[in-house]
Amino acid sequence: MSDRLRNALSSTPLHLVIIGITFIWTLPSVGLLISSLRSKSDVFGTGWWSVFQHPFDFTQYQLDNYIHVLSTEGMGRAFLNSLTITIPSTVIPIAVAAFAAYAFAWMEFPGRQVLFVVVVGLLVVPLQMTLIPLLRVYNKLGLSGTFLGIWLAHTGYGLPFAVYMLRNFIGSLPRDLFESAYLDGASHLTAFSRLALPLSVPAIASLAIFQFLWVWNDLLVALIYLGGTEQVAPLTLKLSAMVQSLGQDWHLLTAAAFVSMALPLIVFFSLQRYFVQGILTGSVKG
Amino acid sequence: MEALPASISQILNTLLAVLVGVGGVISLYVALDFLIRFLPKNVQQRIRPWIFVGPLLLILAFCLVYPTLNTISLSFLDKRSESFVGLKNYFFAVTNPAMLTAFRNNLLWLVLQTTFSVGLGLVIAVLANRVRYETVVKSLIFLPLAISFVGASVIWRFVYAYKPADVSQIGLLNSILVNFLGLEPIGWFVEKALNNFALIAVGVWLQTGFCMVVLSAAIKSISGEVIEAARVDGANEWQLFWRIIVPMISSTIAVVATTVVISSLKAFDIVFVLTNGNRGTEVLANRMYKEMFQFRDFGRASAIAVILLVAIIPIMAVNIRRFQEQEAVR
Repeated sequence: MSDRLRNALSSTPLHLVIIGITFIWTLPSVGLLISSLRSKSDVFGTGWWSVFQHPFDFTQYQLDNYIHVLSTEGMGRAFLNSLTITIPSTVIPIAVAAFAAYAFAWMEFPGRQVLFVVVVGLLVVPLQMTLIPLLRVYNKLGLSGTFLGIWLAHTGYGLPFAVYMLRNFIGSLPRDLFESAYLDGASHLTAFSRLALPLSVPAIASLAIFQFLWVWNDLLVALIYLGGTEQVAPLTLKLSAMVQSLGQDWHLLTAAAFVSMALPLIVFFSLQRYFVQGILTGSVKG
Repeated sequence: MEALPASISQILNTLLAVLVGVGGVISLYVALDFLIRFLPKNVQQRIRPWIFVGPLLLILAFCLVYPTLNTISLSFLDKRSESFVGLKNYFFAVTNPAMLTAFRNNLLWLVLQTTFSVGLGLVIAVLANRVRYETVVKSLIFLPLAISFVGASVIWRFVYAYKPADVSQIGLLNSILVNFLGLEPIGWFVEKALNNFALIAVGVWLQTGFCMVVLSAAIKSISGEVIEAARVDGANEWQLFWRIIVPMISSTIAVVATTVVISSLKAFDIVFVLTNGNRGTEVLANRMYKEMFQFRDFGRASAIAVILLVAIIPIMAVNIRRFQEQEAVR
């Protein structure tokens, strides 16, 4: 057998397996997308794959589901709520972690090592451990159902991991860089904002994407601290409520699900490189 | 549509909230740093580090440390946290039938989700490594991670949809069963023998991408010379995989596996949205949620939380230690 033939024969099964697995993997999502473009009777009557019998028959597609879901069901509001919750819950923990990471790495103070170990140790605490007490305190302080409350909660949950990652990164920056800055009379604040921060952009970017996706897709934290009121519910909460209430209206559910996925998917695809980097350094996060 | 003016004010509100929230925090540090400049230099030096770490410590103490200690103490109190009941809640946790089901299910989740996510992730990482369209494959497999658990649950509802046998099937799996294999459609969420596996499959779909990415990076870091030398020595693909690749990335496999194990212990969203723990699919996190909000028994809910914590600590310790090992090698 010639080499080329042998190569082709041995690699064809490989391609088949890979393409097969990938195909199966994306099938559920494709099914959802197609279903969201069909009418109610179609969705209940036949499986979504039947659009392939006449793929170019455009009368079987419609945007009505999306329109309905965005206006009547109030998903536009939920989208804004998700943004309101997610952006600060991403920026604040990173800011707090960055300051602290710099201090742990380049500032002298008693108990520095011990404190760092304790902070990282807090990674073991599962969300569930904090729900009851925090909710009670929030109720007393009037923070439950407010955005401030959930920003605080997400910040708390995201900090141990952020500090761990940033401390490692900032600590590995070259020492002479900072030494010469201090010699030139730079204060810690200046060294932090002009040196440490700009140089940490890759780590911060990965962290930001990771945290953004995690908060955007979160259901439990929003459910507990925000409650389900229409005014403040984010997309995940809205979607799960719709699963209960629209149980029979699957055609609407599919459009709703896609609306909730749109932003994370865009973020994911456009910033994939940073995300993967973040996953690699972040494989510790539970 | 009267909705329109309202949404502009909503957008403005959102922007304002974001700016105030974020700007407020950053100006706090700058303000504090400025304020201490009125003190003598050596005092400044001693105080400044605490300004940098202060907010961190305060937030963590409030959000994580205090609640943890409080929950532990709550677990020894009664329903409304008024009187001491000793180990009664823990006793309940380990004897109540619903709880026992939850334990069994979490064990199923743990074993199956980890095995399949890591196994599939490994296989795909190795295979994808050899094709030119590797990035596309990896992106597609990784995609589910960008989707929320709730979104994934909606997607999979469609896959598992059930219709009586005499009507046309709309669910992917049942359609295959009925149209291609000539079998009866199955109520995937209803059949007690199958429903847990159906839920776990969704979990695997979500986690495999993560495993694959990490393992793929690890595989790529194996030096090409080692592989070449093995091939020259006549090793076939199978041996290459089991004798060389797997041992060399074993610590990465451990880190990935422990991460998935922890995530399976905390499994909540998928069960909550698809079955809410009915018909034998209950899991610990779900039970805790029910105790908290349905039965309002805070003692029991706390006991469940503590059990979760105790289960996670050793696994997390392994995770961190392995990660340090990895870092040291890099």
